[in-house]
This record gives sequence, structure tokens and C-alpha cells, in this order.
Amino acid sequence: MIRLPLVLFFSAVLFSTGVYGVLARRNAVLVLMSIELMLNAVNLNLVAFSQFWHDVTGQVFALFVIAVAAAEVGIGLAIVILIYRNRETINIDEVNLLKW
Amino acid sequence: MVVAAETVSATGIGPGFTRLAWVVAVLPLVSAALTLFFGKRTPGRGWIYGVTAMGAGFVISVLVLWHFVQGGSAVSSSVTWFTIGPLHVEAGQFVDGLTAIMLVVVTAVSLAVHVYSIGYMQGDVRFTWFYVVLSVFTAAMLDVVIADNLIQLLVGWEVMGLCSYLLIGHWWEEGINSNAAIKAFITTRIGDVPFMFGIFVLIAATGFHSANIQEVGELVGGADVSRGLVSVAALLLFGGTIGKSAQFPLHVWLPDAMQGPTPVSALIHAATMVAAGVYLVGRLYSVFLHAAPEVLRFVGVIGGITMFGAALLALVQDDIKRVLAYSTISQLAYMVMIMSVGPAGRDAAFFHLFTHAFFKALLFLGAGCVIHAVHSNDMSEMGGLWRRMPVTFWTFAVGSAALAGIPPLAGFWSKDELLVAGSKGHAVVFTLMLVTALVTAFYTARMVMQTFFGAYRGHGEPHEAPAVMTGPLVALAFGTITVGFLGAAVTRGVFFKWVFFEAPEPVTFVPWVATLSILAAGLGILAGWYVYRDQPEPDPVFQLGWLSSLLVNKFYLDEVYMHGIVLPVRDRVSAAVVWFDRNVVDGVVNGTARLTKDLAFGTDEFDRTVVDGAVNGVAQAAGFTGGLLRYLQSGNVQRYAAFLFVGVVVLAIVITRV
Repeated sequence: MIRLPLVLFFSAVLFSTGVYGVLARRNAVLVLMSIELMLNAVNLNLVAFSQFWHDVTGQVFALFVIAVAAAEVGIGLAIVILIYRNRETINIDEVNLLKW
Repeated sequence: MVVAAETVSATGIGPGFTRLAWVVAVLPLVSAALTLFFGKRTPGRGWIYGVTAMGAGFVISVLVLWHFVQGGSAVSSSVTWFTIGPLHVEAGQFVDGLTAIMLVVVTAVSLAVHVYSIGYMQGDVRFTWFYVVLSVFTAAMLDVVIADNLIQLLVGWEVMGLCSYLLIGHWWEEGINSNAAIKAFITTRIGDVPFMFGIFVLIAATGFHSANIQEVGELVGGADVSRGLVSVAALLLFGGTIGKSAQFPLHVWLPDAMQGPTPVSALIHAATMVAAGVYLVGRLYSVFLHAAPEVLRFVGVIGGITMFGAALLALVQDDIKRVLAYSTISQLAYMVMIMSVGPAGRDAAFFHLFTHAFFKALLFLGAGCVIHAVHSNDMSEMGGLWRRMPVTFWTFAVGSAALAGIPPLAGFWSKDELLVAGSKGHAVVFTLMLVTALVTAFYTARMVMQTFFGAYRGHGEPHEAPAVMTGPLVALAFGTITVGFLGAAVTRGVFFKWVFFEAPEPVTFVPWVATLSILAAGLGILAGWYVYRDQPEPDPVFQLGWLSSLLVNKFYLDEVYMHGIVLPVRDRVSAAVVWFDRNVVDGVVNGTARLTKDLAFGTDEFDRTVVDGAVNGVAQAAGFTGGLLRYLQSGNVQRYAAFLFVGVVVLAIVITRV
């Protein structure tokens, strides 16, 4: 039985890694992957608390998050592919048309 | 005098026919329109319409009178005219014996004048127009007579004033004629304005219920009606009488009105329009009775002054029409004055009005024939005409005898009624009436002597007037001889069974009054004959020193008016008005314009700087802040994400701390 604080600490590290990836990486695919890391950090928390409280709701919610994350990655990758086809780059610093 | 319910008379003319009396008043209006539109294309230039309408009107009037001869009661009918709040004004007719008598008088005299004018106005440049106005005038007079309410009466009253103005100035090419027309119009207007306000006051005094003459006449007796207001109304109404019936001090227009064509003088300035003032007082007699007694006393004093003063003025006139004009003023004043003694006086006044219309119209038309023959109004250019113009002479003599009061002519009977009524009043009144009768007889004799007797002093060879002119003379002379008997004691005064105030007054023949009356008339005529039997030159009436100059100058009233009113108004008031207009009114107008212009400049400046400044300032401020804020929207997704993250962290800290 893994103790809860250990899991939460691991989850926080994972989330922070995700945040860093989202804010710092230039590659859109890596940004998407970082978002996945954050989502899974959340999932980890949900499952951990579910185990801790003996309440299955957290696990159900984690399953939802996994499903939504799958859809999100699907749409996100499709957008990245379309951007690449149009701009021949997936560096998101260059994808800045939506500005003043 | 209750607005009587209809009673079906035994036979003949019933109230149903009398109901159609208004047709009499409408007929001349129709003929006026026909004359106006088709007159000039009609052979004879359009007299036919007026004469036909008057003839038909006369016949209907006589039939309406027949209803009252048979003892019928008053008939009234009306339609709603307009309503102002509680005041309900109707247009309609009220026909009683008095109305019927007046209808007969007006249509008879008007018919005579219409026929007479065919000859008198022959070849006149405005012949057709003359007939148009003559018809409109008759319609207006009939409207006054038949009106059942004060507003409708006022309309007819004012239209008469207008027609009088138009007809006096018929030959307006000469300045003296148009001046006389203006004088008549303005002078009567001075009386008409109080008259109009009198109507308003009367309606207000009786509580804004109605303008109906009969209803108002009953209401003024009510307990809740202010006696003071009724007195004011009566005085104001009497102002209209003073103007229209040419009473002192507004009588000055009537002699000048003789500048009009003679038939006009006969119709308007002798028989009908000037009688409207007397008719008004009699019609609204209940108002005068319920006013303070001083009002009727005032009426009597005005009548007395006018009666005697005008008779004296008639003495010194050289113009035959002016003699008749002053005589008319004097005779009207008889009627006005006798109104002041009570209901008996009112009825006597109407009887005199009735007979006077016939003999005065006759005298004027006769004078017209003479003027037509000698081409002058001046009696010093006449004389000896009785051989040359026998019909005119005999009819004129009948009229003169009636005016002087010789029995058994109409003037004697009516003057006798006046004197009987007067003998019940103050002794001064009765004496003044007798003296005036004497003066009347004297100036009548003087006029006849100077015109028809002695040697002819004019130019050319005068001839008798054509039949179309002498015909009306004969008809009116017949009337002058006969109508007097209607009110005479010998026929038990049937006239007073038709015309009465509240209840018929019994006609009494007072021998001593009649004797005095005949004595006065006889003395006057004898004196006139004696003084003028061989045409003294110069005329003795001009050799009475200061008295003559006082009379020749008409008591200096015209001078007083000229220097006291007309000239000051023209020179001072007009100048002041012009100054006021130039400086104050124009100043206000120009000042307003300048102020508006300055304001407009100010507004323009404000608009440009403040309003536009505010609008532009808002836009610039928005642009400036927008310029600052746009740097936030870099398009860099990761920067947005960083903002988001920071925001979430801040929120998390805040939420957990709170």
C-alpha cells in the first residue's frame, strides 16, 4: 500500500513537468503531450483519493478524464497536422495570427 | 311671454304654416345670390330677382300675420348651432305678433324700394351690385327680426351695418360719399361693441344656460340673477341702440348717411335698420325692466335729448334729405324715450315704429322723385313743384301730414298712443313730446312749402317721375292712410292684440291728449305756412342769431368729435402708435432676431468644441487604451497559457487563504 503523500508528491511533480512543457516547449506536439501529463497528474490524484476514501467516484471521474483526454488529443493532433500542412511548421511561436 | 306651445287656430293659417316664416328671411338671400351670379346677364340687369323675392316674402309675411290676426300664439323652432360647455346656442326663429308685424313692415318697405329703384337707379354703373346689397340687407334685417337668440341677432345686426356702409358709399368715387360711409360704419361700431359685450354679460348674468331671447328674458327675473349685472347688460345693449338707431350722442352718422342713394335712405336709414335699435330694446324689454330703474330712466333721458335736439336741427336744414334724416332721428327718439315709461310705452313705440316705417319711407321716396326731377338736394333750388309733379306732391303731402300728426293718418294715431303713454309719465316728458310735435309740424310745413309751393328756383324743367317710381309712392301713401287705424281706438286697437308685452293693454282714447296733439300739429303747420307762404329770402330760421349758428353747426357736435376725438387720435395717438411700433415693436422683433443670431453662434461654438470634443475625446480615449491593451494580445498561445496559469495560482492562493 503506497502512502498517499507519496502519490500526491509524485502527482505534483508530474503536473509541474506538464506545466513547464506547456509554457516552455516550442513544438506543438510536445505541448499536447505536456497537457496529457497534467491531465494524468490529475487522474493520479483522483485515483489516489478514491483509494484513500474508499469511494469509487474518483475512479469514475478519472475514466471520464481519460476519455475526454483521448478526444482532446485526437482533435489537437488533427489541428497540428492541419497547421503543418498550411504553415510547414509546428513551432507554436510562429502560429500567432490571432492577434492585433 | 312664454314660448308658447302650439295651439291650433280655428281656421286658415295654422302654426304649421307660420313655422315657415324663416323662408321670408331666406328668400332675399337667394335673390341676392341669383342677382350676383346672373344679374348682369338678365334683361333689365337683375332687378327681377329681388323684386320677386320681396313680393313673395311680403305675401308670406301677410299670411303669417294672418295667423296672429286669428289669435294664434307664438311659434318657435330651432336647430342646434353650437355648444360651448353649458351654453347651448341654437339657430332658429321665434315668431310672435311683433315678429309678424316687423316681417310685414320690412318686406313691404323693401318691396316698395326694390320697385322704386328700378326707376331711380336706372343706368347706374353698379345697378346690379346695388340690388345684391339691397337684398342682402333685407335678409339681414329679417334675420334680426326673426332670430330667436342673441347670437343670431348679432349676426344680422352686423351684416346690416356692413350693407349700410356699402350702400351709403355706393357712389364712392366722390370723397364725401365714401367719408360718409366710413363715418356711419365707425360711429355705429362704437355702439356695436358695447352691444356685443352686452350680449356676453347678459348670457353670463343668466348663468350661461342659453342665448335664447325668450329664455334669457325669463331668466333675468330669477332670484339668483345679479341685478347689477343685468343693469350693466341693459346699458351695454342700449349702446347698440344708440349707435344703430342714431341716438344722441352717436346720431351724427345718420344725416351724413344721406349721401347714399335715396332708396337706400328710405329703406335703411328711415324704415328698417335704424328701427332695429328700437326693436332690440322692445324685444329684450324684460331685461330693461329687471335692471335697475336708473337704466330705463337713462334710456328716457337719451331719447328725450335726441327727440328734441334732432327736431330743432331739422329746422335749419337746406337739404331735403337731411330734414328727413333729422326727422327720422327725432321720431326714433320718440320710440326710445317712450320705452322708458313701461310696457304700455313699449307697445306704443312699436305701433309708431310700424306706422313711421310707412310714412317715412314714403317721404324719402317722394324726396327721391323730387331730387330725380330737379337734380339737386337743396330746397332752395326747388319750389312750385306741385303743379309739375302732382302724384309726388299729393303722396308727399300725405306723408308729411302723417309725420306732422294730422288725423286720420297713421302718424296721428301712433303719436296719439305715444302721447297717451307719455301722459302717464313725468310732466316734463309729456311737455317735451308736445313741443317736439309742434316743432315737427313746423319743419314739415317748411319743407313742403319750400319744395312744392311758391316759384320754381331751380334749373331746367322738372317732370313727374316714371310710373315705376310713383307706383310705390301711391302704395305707401295708401298704407300711410290705412295702417293707423289698426291701432286706433276706433277699431279697438287690434294692433295691440298682436303686439304686446306679457298682456295686451287696452287702447284708450284720451280726448284731451288727442286735442293737444292736434293743436300742436295744427299750430306748427299754420306757423310754417305763415312764415314760408311767400318764400322769404333769406330764410328766417337763419336769422335767429346765436341760436341759428348753434343749430347750423349741429350743436358743434361734429366739431367736438373732430377736435376732441378724431384729430387727437389721428395726430397724437396715431403718432404715438407709430413711435411705439417703430421703437418698441420693431425693437422687440429686431432684438429677438439679434439675440437668436448670437445664441446661434454660441450654440455653434459649443457644438464644435464641447459636444464634438466630448465625442472625439471618448473615441481617442478608447483608441489610446485599446492601443495599450493590444500588446496583451500577442497571439502567442504559450503566453496566454502563462497568464492562465498565473491567474489560477492567484485564485488558488486567494481561495485557500480566505
